[in-house]
This record gives sequence, structure tokens and C-alpha cells, in this order.
Amino acid sequence: MHELSLCQSLIDQVQQLALTHGAQSVGLVTLKIGPLSGVEPALMQHAYPFASAGTLAAESTLVIELAPLQVRCESCGAETEAEPSRLVCAACGGCHTQLVSGDEMLLMSVELITAEGSNHV
Amino acid sequence: MCDTCGCNITPGNREFAYKPVNGTTAVAVLKSLLARNDDQAIHNRQHFDRQRLLTINLMSSPGSGKTALLEATIDALRNEYRIGVIEGDLETENDAKRIRAKGVPAHQITTGSACHLDAHMVHEALHQFPLAELDILFIENVGNLVCPASFDLGQHRNVVLLSVTEGDDKPAKYPVMFRAADLLLLSKSDLLPLLDDFSPARAEANLRNLASTVPVMQLAARKALGLQPWLDWLRSELAWQRARVDRGETVQPRLQADGAQLHEAAR
Ligand SMILES: Nc1nc2c(ncn2[C@@H]2O[C@H](COP(=O)(O)OP(=O)(O)OP(=O)(O)O)[C@@H](O)[C@H]2O)c(=O)[nH]1
Ligand SMILES: [Mg+2]
Ligand SMILES: [Zn+2]
Ligand SMILES: [Zn+2]
Ligand SMILES: [Zn+2]
Ligand SMILES: [Zn+2]
Repeated sequence: MHELSLCQSLIDQVQQLALTHGAQSVGLVTLKIGPLSGVEPALMQHAYPFASAGTLAAESTLVIELAPLQVRCESCGAETEAEPSRLVCAACGGCHTQLVSGDEMLLMSVELITAEGSNHV
Repeated sequence: MCDTCGCNITPGNREFAYKPVNGTTAVAVLKSLLARNDDQAIHNRQHFDRQRLLTINLMSSPGSGKTALLEATIDALRNEYRIGVIEGDLETENDAKRIRAKGVPAHQITTGSACHLDAHMVHEALHQFPLAELDILFIENVGNLVCPASFDLGQHRNVVLLSVTEGDDKPAKYPVMFRAADLLLLSKSDLLPLLDDFSPARAEANLRNLASTVPVMQLAARKALGLQPWLDWLRSELAWQRARVDRGETVQPRLQADGAQLHEAAR
């Protein structure tokens, strides 16, 4: 789903953060992506260099943590792993579950780099 | 997602705000990649709530019968409610023209190459639309079962159509979309006798596998068949919306609200 434009808005957020903190460049940019987010991690990785070129994040590395797909059962209380098309409880088979993890598309953290001893504004 | 529930403001990122870094520092952010869209959607919802109107986002594949459903709904509710429609399509004013032919205000958003509506496009349309004169605003999204589900527009409810000619396995194949539904309509039900492999029960079972408990209804807008339950659903949603606004509350589609609650609980 629109991984290039998502990457561009990601880079906007990262660039803003780097400017706010007076950083000169960016190291690791960490995302957390779940299988029900609609975002394809491989396409994000592919689009990232195009979106970051010419920005403070040009030399940065995109790290994508895959969020597990997990549901909590309303009937038996178990927390179990699930499949995108089968969000049922693996313990009792019940389909009254709530998603505990798996739909996230989050910017988790950004590593900012400033030369040691340089002056900050 | 997380910008609406407030869980992105953690002690971890608050302390980093506006502090210059020295050397290499990791800054915790915890922000949705769609944060800008989600902020705009909250603003749109305030516009709707201020006018006490109910806003419904209609989603489906191309040609499932969204515009035909709106035409039939306008005919049925003409003397009861004032309806308005925002139409999203890649190209053409065709759908808006069909709605205007029913004597109802319609605004066409042509997205060009974008295969979904986003909150900014809808906001632009809002400011050229007689919101104050409406009871129900329908937003007909671009026909597409993939990305429209990810973009909150500020609507109160999502209605997803699945026409019987598309196959009853679609909820399993497009879980992101069907999980987002507050109501599933199996459209073109007049064609069921002609199809030997679409089972409404199987379509519903595939939806239940996504842990969705929302109502499922069959209807045929072109034949005005099975419209009553849908019209009653709209009537009660509008009544609830007005009661909420009077209490100073608002509502998001089931899915986003669920997510926000879970995040709250996880803190
Ligand atoms: N048999 C039958 N055909 C229908 C019904 N509803 C819609 N159709 C037909 O399905 C086709 C598409 O209907 P539309 O209402 O334009 O579908 P849509 O979802 O608005 O299409 P897009 O906006 O292009 O995505 C038209 O030829 C309609 O006549 C129905 O209840 N029964
Ligand atoms: Mg249409
Ligand atoms: Zn269980
Ligand atoms: Zn959250
Ligand atoms: Zn799209
Ligand atoms: Zn506004």
C-alpha cells in the first residue's frame, strides 16, 4: 500500500526530528510493522533509499521489526498466535477475539548523530 | 492509530523533546506512519459532529453497487432525511451526476492516480459542501479492496459491500478491509439464484474468522430488495450519533476505537 509515499512521510518525520535536535545525520530508523497494517515491509525497504536521498537521513538504515499477529480470546482468555485471515483463538477455536498485536505501522525510534563536541543551537 | 489514543506520549519521548543530542542518541517516537492523515481525520470528524450529522464511508471493489445503493437509499429516505454524497473516483464526474439526478447535493473528488481517498481530500471537499443542511453524509470511496481501509477520513462508520458475483472468499483474501467494516452488505442478492458457488453463509463465516461480530445483510439495490434492514440500521445509527453529539461525545469506526482501547489497556 503506497510504500513510497509512506516512506516519504516517514522521512519528513525523521528530518523534522533531526532538525529539532540539531542532529547532523541519522543512523538507524526503526519501524514496527504488523501483518494486518496493510504495509509490505519488503516494499518499504525498497522505497526507503529513494525517499531518503538528499535528506539528513540519506546515510541512515531502515530497520523493520515485524510485529507478531496475536489475539486475546474473550471466551477463554488465552493469548495466541493467529493468521491474517483466521483471527480465531488457537486454544478453544472461539472467534470472539481482540487483536493484541499485528496492525501496527509505527515509527518506533530514530538514532540521531551529532559530532562530539560540536556546538548546539 | 496511536495518535488518537495518546499512547505515543510516553515518559520516554517526552524527556527527549527539544533537547540537543551529543554523539549518537536514539529518540523514541512511537508515531503512526499515517499520523498526518489521522490528525486531519480527527479535525474532519469535528466538522461532522458540529453539524450533528452522521458520516458513512462506503467501501468495496469497483462495481459492487455502491452508487446504486446510494440511489436506492436516497429514493427511500427522501422524505425523512437530508442526504449528501461525496464521491471518490480516479476519473469522471459520472457518479456525482447520478446522485445529483436524484436531487441531492454531490461533490466529486477525482483522485487522478490515487486509488483511495484520504482525510485531506475529504477536508477540501467539506469546505465546499452544505454540511449544515444535511442529516447523513455518505462518502463513496474509490472502488478498491486494499488501501482505502487504512485511511481514516473522519467518518463515524464504515460500510463494506461485497457483491455476490465477487466470490464468498473475499473476507479471507482482504482481511484488512473486511475487518474495518461496521456493517457488511452482500449486494446484488437478486443474482444469487444464477450463481451456484456463492454461499452467503460461507461469506459470513469468513468474516467471523476475522473476529468480526458486525451485522451482515443481503440486498439488491437495483431491485429495491432487502432494503429495510439497511434503512433501519441507518436510522438507528443517526439516532445514536445525535444522542452522542448531545452528550459531547463522538465515535470512530469500530476498528479504530477497539485499537485505541487496547492501547489504553496496555499502558
Ligand atoms: N443485478 C444487479 N445489478 C446491480 C445491483 N446494484 C448494482 N448493479 C449493477 O452493477 C454495476 C455497477 O454498479 P455501481 O452502482 O456503479 O457500482 P459502484 O460500486 O458504484 O462502482 P464504482 O463506483 O465504479 O466502484 C451496474 O451495472 C449496476 O447496474 C443489484 O442490486 N443487482
Ligand atoms: Mg460508484
Ligand atoms: Zn479461546
Ligand atoms: Zn496506541
Ligand atoms: Zn490507494
Ligand atoms: Zn476544517
